[in-house]
Amino acid sequence: MESEIAQIAQYAGDGVIGLSWLMIAFPLVGAFILLVFGRFTNRWGHLLGVAMSLASFVVAVLAFMELIGFGEDQRRQAVHLYEFIPGMVDMGLLVDPLSISFALLITGVGSLIHIYSIGYMSHDEHRRRFFAYLNLFVAAMLLLVLADNYVGLFIGWEGVGLASYLLIGFWQFKPSAAVAAKKAFVVNRVGDFGLLVGMFVIWTSFGTLAFKDLGAKVSGAENGVTLAIGLLLLLGACGKSAQLPLQSWLLDAMEGPTPVSALIHAATMVTAGVYLVVRSGAFFFPEGSGAALAAAIVGAVTLLAGAIIGCAKDDIKKGLAGSTMSQIGYMMLGAGLGPAGYAFAIGHLITHGFFKADLFLGAGSIMHGMNDEVDMRKYGGLRKYMPVTFATFFIGYLAIIGFPLLSGYFTKDGIIETAVHHQPVLGWLAVLGAGITGFYMSRMVFMTFFGQKRWADDAHPHESPSVMTVPLMILSLGALGLGAYLVLGGTLYTFLRPAVGGEATPPVFDFASTPGLVTLVLVAIGAAIAWVKYGRAEVPAVQPRGSFVTTFARRDLYGDALNESLFMRPGQWLTRIAVFFDNRGIDGLVNGLAAGIGGTSGRLRRVQTGFARTYALSIFIGAALLTGALLLVGNI
Amino acid sequence: MSPWLPILMAVPVVGAIVVALLPKGSDKLAKQLTLLFSLLTLVLTGVMAAGYKPTGPRFQFAAEYDWIPSFGVKFGVGVDGVALVLIALSVVLVPIVVLASWNDADGVKTADGTIVAPKRSVKTYFSLLLVLETMMIGVFAATDVFLFYVFFEAMLIPMYFMIGSYGGAQRSYAAVKFLLYSLFGGLLMLVAVIGLYVLAGSKTFMFPELVGAIQDPAMQKWLFGGFFIAFAIKAPLWPVHTWLPDAAAQAPAGAAVLLVGVLDKVGTFGMLRFCLELFPDAAKAFTMPIVVLAVISIIYGAIVAIGQTDMKRLIAYTSISHFGFIVLGVFAMSDVAQSGAALYMVNHGFATGALFLAAGFLIARRGSPYIKDYGGVQKVAPLLAGFFLIAGLAGLSLPGLSSFVSEFMVMIGTYSSEAHGSGALTVAAGISALAVILAAVYILWMVQRTLNGPTAEPVKAFKDLNAREVWVLAPLVALIIGFGFFPKPLLDVINPSVQATLTNVHVPTSTIAEKGTGQ
Amino acid sequence: MTTHYLVLSALLFGIGAVGVLIRRNAIVVFMCVELMLNACNLAFVTFSRQVGNLEGQIIAFFVMVVAAAEVVVGLAIIVTIFRTRRSASVDDANLLKY
Repeated sequence: MESEIAQIAQYAGDGVIGLSWLMIAFPLVGAFILLVFGRFTNRWGHLLGVAMSLASFVVAVLAFMELIGFGEDQRRQAVHLYEFIPGMVDMGLLVDPLSISFALLITGVGSLIHIYSIGYMSHDEHRRRFFAYLNLFVAAMLLLVLADNYVGLFIGWEGVGLASYLLIGFWQFKPSAAVAAKKAFVVNRVGDFGLLVGMFVIWTSFGTLAFKDLGAKVSGAENGVTLAIGLLLLLGACGKSAQLPLQSWLLDAMEGPTPVSALIHAATMVTAGVYLVVRSGAFFFPEGSGAALAAAIVGAVTLLAGAIIGCAKDDIKKGLAGSTMSQIGYMMLGAGLGPAGYAFAIGHLITHGFFKADLFLGAGSIMHGMNDEVDMRKYGGLRKYMPVTFATFFIGYLAIIGFPLLSGYFTKDGIIETAVHHQPVLGWLAVLGAGITGFYMSRMVFMTFFGQKRWADDAHPHESPSVMTVPLMILSLGALGLGAYLVLGGTLYTFLRPAVGGEATPPVFDFASTPGLVTLVLVAIGAAIAWVKYGRAEVPAVQPRGSFVTTFARRDLYGDALNESLFMRPGQWLTRIAVFFDNRGIDGLVNGLAAGIGGTSGRLRRVQTGFARTYALSIFIGAALLTGALLLVGNI
Repeated sequence: MSPWLPILMAVPVVGAIVVALLPKGSDKLAKQLTLLFSLLTLVLTGVMAAGYKPTGPRFQFAAEYDWIPSFGVKFGVGVDGVALVLIALSVVLVPIVVLASWNDADGVKTADGTIVAPKRSVKTYFSLLLVLETMMIGVFAATDVFLFYVFFEAMLIPMYFMIGSYGGAQRSYAAVKFLLYSLFGGLLMLVAVIGLYVLAGSKTFMFPELVGAIQDPAMQKWLFGGFFIAFAIKAPLWPVHTWLPDAAAQAPAGAAVLLVGVLDKVGTFGMLRFCLELFPDAAKAFTMPIVVLAVISIIYGAIVAIGQTDMKRLIAYTSISHFGFIVLGVFAMSDVAQSGAALYMVNHGFATGALFLAAGFLIARRGSPYIKDYGGVQKVAPLLAGFFLIAGLAGLSLPGLSSFVSEFMVMIGTYSSEAHGSGALTVAAGISALAVILAAVYILWMVQRTLNGPTAEPVKAFKDLNAREVWVLAPLVALIIGFGFFPKPLLDVINPSVQATLTNVHVPTSTIAEKGTGQ
Repeated sequence: MTTHYLVLSALLFGIGAVGVLIRRNAIVVFMCVELMLNACNLAFVTFSRQVGNLEGQIIAFFVMVVAAAEVVVGLAIIVTIFRTRRSASVDDANLLKY
């Protein structure tokens, strides 16, 4: 028996939930102060940034505590803020299990990354601006997940896009960073187009953009309209979450500082697409609908594509970025399976937030000690020089490949099993993807921490300061145990059920299911191959040419080439033609008309010769003609 | 009879006379006096606007004086919500423009001593500016169609001189093009105004009395055409837009702000007020062709903007795209879209104003409007770069900034409009939504080439914004962000007027009430 | 009876017109203009006689007055031109063109 999702109640108490706007306000004020007061805040700006993020975290925790104090059917509380567009959109916040889970993840992991950044960015002269942008990001991301309507969500959606743009291009003096930032924004805008038009259809069909009113107006049955809305929203989700076909920006986005890659392009922002699908799930992605199937297919394809890309990258950050794509593919797959998959999708999203942030920050710690070198072929044998980084990175690694009993094991396995149950083909693809994950993540670990040292003589690898390692340790704790806590006994499932629906009894985690065991075997095989190729054998310091499959993966499956030849070049031609047409066509016509009139009058004025007798003759001829005409008409 | 509007119109003119009569060599005093008078106008407008009642009668602060009694021409003024916000926009922009143009008439020299623009009369420039302010107030306040026409044409004169005498290298070409285009449209409108007077037969030019006066559909169409072509040129709508890039690129930055920010709004304001209300049947008959032109403007303006090499021309083309949205909203025949269009007029003034002024500050430092001459400004002048970026983001309608609200309302209102069946307008809204992608390309590509990347050699000498320049941009950015999150004050004023307009066009206005969130 | 006068008038007018068109000397052109005026006068007077009222004759007087005034101004111009340019040819004074 599927249970309806709980009604959204207007918050009537006077507790923290009523003040949940503070979660957004704190970092927003932080960003404002840091940006407006500029260099006056240079000395303590980073501390303010951390404090604001922590304050937000505290509010989130308090709101969470208050929320679990409510009965299960009371756990969706709406807080009205103000009238945004009169008669159309009321700005308000929705505090429910789904949004508060995100809020905790964003502010929790976000605060850790803020702290880490104090150390990582300590030598950057624009550290204050960096923290301003991070604060801005946290505020926008919280607005995205807390808004109780699509317009508020969209404002946050674009706000995180802006923060992402600013942070990818933080080192904007590098042309590659500037281009990557622009690319990320523009590709995201393609997705935004979908989300925007999706909102048009929602408003036109249902007359509201608020979640609480949609519940009553959308029956849950699919028809043409909801399918269209679902696909449009999915397009938006693909843009933000770097799913095919809008995946191409994420790898370039690694131009940003590493904490940004960890926070925005791994743990939080890129999962916004999954949030959108789950949040709209009850309305536009009901179980078994075409839109949900589309989401699942997109997820399955992307998880494979990301994994394949991850296999070929020598740049540690790009390898992790491919892995992020792949893991979000798992979440999208889970989100496309209806309520049964939501809890695992969100669970994987949360654990992924921890272990991927752990991995990225670990990569950042390595780069910090290696003069910002990112090429794994120039690493090797680092475990002796960076023991803490190694330990935390290794835990993250075990979590992501799904080593039994670690976080990733529970959540990813949950998605795989549900998928095999609901969509067998996609499910087995996900199993295959897990095997590839085992390969590329092992490859990364072996190339970085094991084998011979391959770095240049001027590199002096050293462990990072504790301001960076402590967040790593905390994150790796999450990578260790969070999965078990969330999944075993259906904790997260039961908690989320009022917001996303689902059967009353949580699914029991099956340790000995066939897909689960096959997955483990595949992962082991992947890891073993990696050991043979990159652990035991010597890793060449220069990238070998590789087969065409390797090239295919190195070139990001030719995604950029495709975009370039399909959109960019035709677009450039179109632009040139349009400019030419405007200058020569339309303006040419206008100028031609002017030139024609000018030319005619220029010729006509030549009649004025200055000879009095010529004028006299013309007067005479004129008079004669006039007289003749009058005679002809017969009026004389 | 309320004296408010005549006083508002008198203050700048008095200022203009005072400034013009100043003795030679008192340039600084002229600037200060201009600022003072424009601020006085701003304060007076603020006081007046505070007394405006959104739920009150249609035209408030109305006043009527006989002007040419034998033809029934009156000096009739009064404001509805849309006119009020546009007057507010004008009087806010003028002091900002005064501050921004502080040194514009002093001549421009590049670092190596080449004279880009020679020194011109400061007094004349600023008194022209004040005269223009009076006319901007007058054109929005006029309730007499003849008076509107007079202001509509008279506005050209100060702007002509501001472009023609104070502009860039191609200034006289641009000024003449601007003047001829506008005069051509103005003459068609004059014919239509006379036709309206004769055919209505009521011996008056007062707008409220002319509403519904023309019933014959064929006549409505002819008169509508006369008004619409004039407004389409002014707005400007594709394909009569090519004067704007030239005029905006050649005008000094301050004049360009007023040109694009306010003068062009007279076109869209005129469509809303006169084309729709005086000739409702014709407006409905012509909706589809006009919507097509608007959509072409939106997409075409954006595509051509991407290909521009000159910053000011680029901004001008983005405005053509945005004016397409406004026209689309005006003719979508739905209250959401029309409120959005009226709001867009205001927001576009702030956003494009900020963008033009920031670009103007860049150009003043480098002496070149070409994008290729810049690069890496962010590193040497972070404040200037920051303002430029925010203005640019407002230009691409980033949610959270004011232009988003209006663009969103226009598109969603058009999409859901029930006029003309739903199909065609739905498609129009869908296509116009593609502009959000194009907008990101044209703005961010410009940002990338000017602000980002390695710092170009001549850019290294840039100084960051001085206090005056910060005072120019900061209020605009504050307004952009403020109205981005709190558009309600403006919408509360605009909505009743739009309802009144749509009632006169016989379009049901219940869409908001029916579909609303049930407040 | 009066036809002869009209024919004479037409002839005089024609001679005057041809003179204006083909002669270059300003004085001669001027005299030809006078000739045309007087041809008109003759026609006026003739018609006056033919119709039997005085209006034609009155107009002839007007024409004479105008002609006298024209002579004064015209001759003064011609003399001035001659003084500055040492020529009385109408074709030489062609600066006022285009």
